[in-house]
This record gives sequence, C-alpha cells and structure tokens, in this order.
Amino acid sequence: MVFFKYSLQDPKLHLPQAGYEAKVKKMDSQLNQYLPVLMLLLVTSGFAVSTLIISVAAGKLGRRTKTKDIPYECGMLPEGEGNSRMSVKFYLVALLFVLFDIEVVFMYPWAVTYKKLLETDATLALGGMLSFMFILLVGYVYALKKRAFDWKS
Amino acid sequence: MEFLQYLSPATQFVLFSALKIFAVFGVVMTAVAYAVLVERKVSAWIQNRVGPNRTAPFFINYLPVIGPFLVRLGIFQPMADGLKFLLKEDFTPNYVRKVYFWIAPAITVIPALMTVAVIPFGSTLGTEKMVIADLNVGILYTFGIVSLGVYGIVLAGYGSNSKYPFLGSIRSSAQMISYEIAMGMSVIPIFLLAGSLNLGDIIRYQAEHGWMILKQPVAFVIFLIAAFAETNRLPFDLPESESELVGGYHTEYSSMKFALFFLGEYANMIASSAMMVTLFCGGWTLPFVTALSTPSSSILIGLLHIGVFFAKMALFMILFIWVRWMLPRFRYDQLMDIGWRRFIPAALINIVVTALVVAFLHD
Repeated sequence: MVFFKYSLQDPKLHLPQAGYEAKVKKMDSQLNQYLPVLMLLLVTSGFAVSTLIISVAAGKLGRRTKTKDIPYECGMLPEGEGNSRMSVKFYLVALLFVLFDIEVVFMYPWAVTYKKLLETDATLALGGMLSFMFILLVGYVYALKKRAFDWKS
Repeated sequence: MEFLQYLSPATQFVLFSALKIFAVFGVVMTAVAYAVLVERKVSAWIQNRVGPNRTAPFFINYLPVIGPFLVRLGIFQPMADGLKFLLKEDFTPNYVRKVYFWIAPAITVIPALMTVAVIPFGSTLGTEKMVIADLNVGILYTFGIVSLGVYGIVLAGYGSNSKYPFLGSIRSSAQMISYEIAMGMSVIPIFLLAGSLNLGDIIRYQAEHGWMILKQPVAFVIFLIAAFAETNRLPFDLPESESELVGGYHTEYSSMKFALFFLGEYANMIASSAMMVTLFCGGWTLPFVTALSTPSSSILIGLLHIGVFFAKMALFMILFIWVRWMLPRFRYDQLMDIGWRRFIPAALINIVVTALVVAFLHD
C-alpha cells in the first residue's frame, strides 16, 4: 500500500544511500496510516459545514427585531463591554498548563520504552526519570507555595 | 466480493477505510441521538417523571401493539428533535463577531467526532482490522485531538461578545486544560505496563495479563473523573451551569449551531467512554472465554467482539448519565483544588510507584 511510489520509480531520481528505498517505503507506510484520519476529517468537516448551511436554508425565516439583537442577560439591559475583564488567575492557569503539559509529553516516550530500557540500563531508565520528576516537583511545590492553585481568596 | 481482487491494494485500502468511516460515523451519530433520549428517560425515572412518551409519526397507527409501546419509550423523539433543530430560525445577532460565531460550533464538533478514529471497536471482520486508523501513536493522537475541543468553546465565548458566554468559555477552558494534565499523567502507568501507545497493543496486553482497571485502580479513578471534567458533565458543568450562567458558552446560539455544541458534548462522552473501555476494561475482549479474547477469522465472532465493545461502552454512558442526575455541582475553587492539588500529585505518585514495581519485578 504505497501511495507515493512514483518517487521511487522515477529513473531520474538519484538514490544516494543504500537502504534509502527501504527508508522511504517505511516512511510511506507511516504516512499511509494517516490517510483514514484525513478522510475522517473530510467527512466530519463536511458534516459540520453542510448542517450549518442546511439549517440556514431550511430554517424558519424570522424577522430581525430590536430586542433580538440585545445580548441575553436574563431580561436586564446589558451594560458595558461584552467581553469584560477577567481574573489574572486564568492566565496563570494557562501558563502552568503549558509547563506541566510539556512535561507530561516528555514522559510518554519514556513510558513506552521503559521496559526495553530496563534491560539495557536500569539505573538510567529509572534514575533519569526520577530526577526529572524531582525537578518537576520542585516547580510544582513552588507554584503551590505561591498559592497559584488557591482560588478561594 | 470477486471484484475486490482486481483492485489495487491502495484502492482497497481507501475503499475499506471509507466504509469503516461511514459505518462508525453513522453509529456515533445514532448513538448521540439516542444517548440524549436515554438521558431524558433516565433523568425522568430518577426524578419520578415520565419523560418523552408521545412523539409518534403518522404510520404508527398501523402497528397494533408494538407501535404505542415504541411511542411510550420515546423511540421517535430523537428524529423529531433533529428535524426541529434544522427547521428552527437560525439567528445571528448583530453584536456578535460573525466569523468566530459561525466557526465555533464546527470547531467543537469536528474534534469530538475525530477522536474515535484510533479506537479499536472490534477485533477483525474477515481480514479487516476494526479500527479506522491503526496509528502507532494511538492515544497521543486522541489527546491531541481532544485538546482542540477547547478552541471551539473559547471561540464561542469570545465570538458571542456577551457576558455569560464569555464567563462560561473562560471557566471552561481553564477547567479543561487543568484536567487534561491529570488525564495525561494518569494513563502513563498503562504505557509503563503495556509498553506501547497503540490501543490494539494495550488491548492485547490486557487480554493476556488482566484488565488495567484491576492493576491501576488509581489511574482509572483519576481518568474517569478527569473525563467528566473534560466533557463538562455535571459534577464539573461550571461552563454551562444553568443556574448562574444561563447556558454558558452557547447562550447566544440557536438552531443547528446550538445542536452542534450539544452533539459535540455527547460525541465527547462517547469517545471518552470508548477510551475508558479500551484503556481500562479490556476493549472488545472478555476474560475467561478464549474465543472472545483472541481475534478470529469468523465473521460471527468478529461481530460478537463489536457487540461486547458496545455493551461496555453503553455501561459507561449510563454511568455518565446517572452521575449527572445524582451529584450537585462543584464550586470553582473546589474544582481547581481537585485538579491541581489532588490529582496531579496522585498521578505522579502513581507513575513512580508503577515504575518502581515494574523495575523490581522485571529482573
């Protein structure tokens, strides 16, 4: 199931290394895995767009009145901007998320190869990640002591 | 099926992928529609009401006994709801930011429907693997796509240019990203044990060594609760808390645009149920029965595997619905406290303990 085989069959193409062909083939099969994902993306976005369009086309035609164009606030007349200012705490959460989520991503490859790493070098596999987690913990405790997770105030 | 042999492997691959995509898409759509019905019926039973019991199409009079029974169950309610959603007035208020207002529902629903791509909903049917895309990064794909769901909600709140949706979307995004960390950490012990990100491999591991829910109960509890938070279901439904924010981020939406948010929420529920089934409850396998825990070439057993998977998934869906009508809502500080101060340390300790156990039992 090679979709991009033409690049291989092209006689003009210069193949620099031995094993290059196998490498390209392997890459192809890796890419081919994602073809159904692409197809699913097309189907789902087609669904979303078409329902939005059909709803406009088939929906009831209502009159645009003045009251309909007021933001809904339970009957009160809205005052001030629509997007008001928000607590700085939310920015803090976003920053902490970026930090911790990247650390989680680093743990994934380690977790997958952990058993193989144990066979070759157990102290490196375990000690390396434990020290990484220790550094992570220091940052976590710092954020905790700075009351970054404290929403009561 | 003769003609299939004359097609090139590439064409066959595309053809089978398209078939699987349309089948899964159809099943998910029907499941969403009927999950709404089940939700309404279950809530009615819990609150000692009757629930939807009178939507009847015209031909129901010709079915003597079974017709009224189906009507009483509300079988036709989802169809009526869908039709209503299409026919309602699609109103775009003039104070909204039009582009964001329009693309937000689409951005919510697309990732929700795409998460099912890597989930193996059965072993094999004939020679075809019952998974849309058998990616080797498996679960990483799911987490990546699930995170995209935040954008839809943020854009809906920002695009609505109104106070309640804005508050709802800010709350929702902070909540979802907080619990995403705990969710991502909670599954790492599973990869330590299974040694692969591919969901098929994880199921195979569970068929051989027992379900993950027994080996990793802490991970399961964290994942389950984080899944409730990620799908904005009731103990964590602050983004759309009806009693304070009207409808949260979808207050200003009507018609099909509103329906797409609804659809996205239920599709997320289905996806996280499916994730829990595959990660913790053995996927399509059943223990103690060899025929049900190994892939087979028989079509019948292949269908049985799919049935087992959907039965397990339905149980989780009912748990989602049940919890919604049993528990009150958290306060925001409690929600953040659970996410950051309880779950993240618990998940970290779980990873370390699992790593140590694997290291010492390995030699």
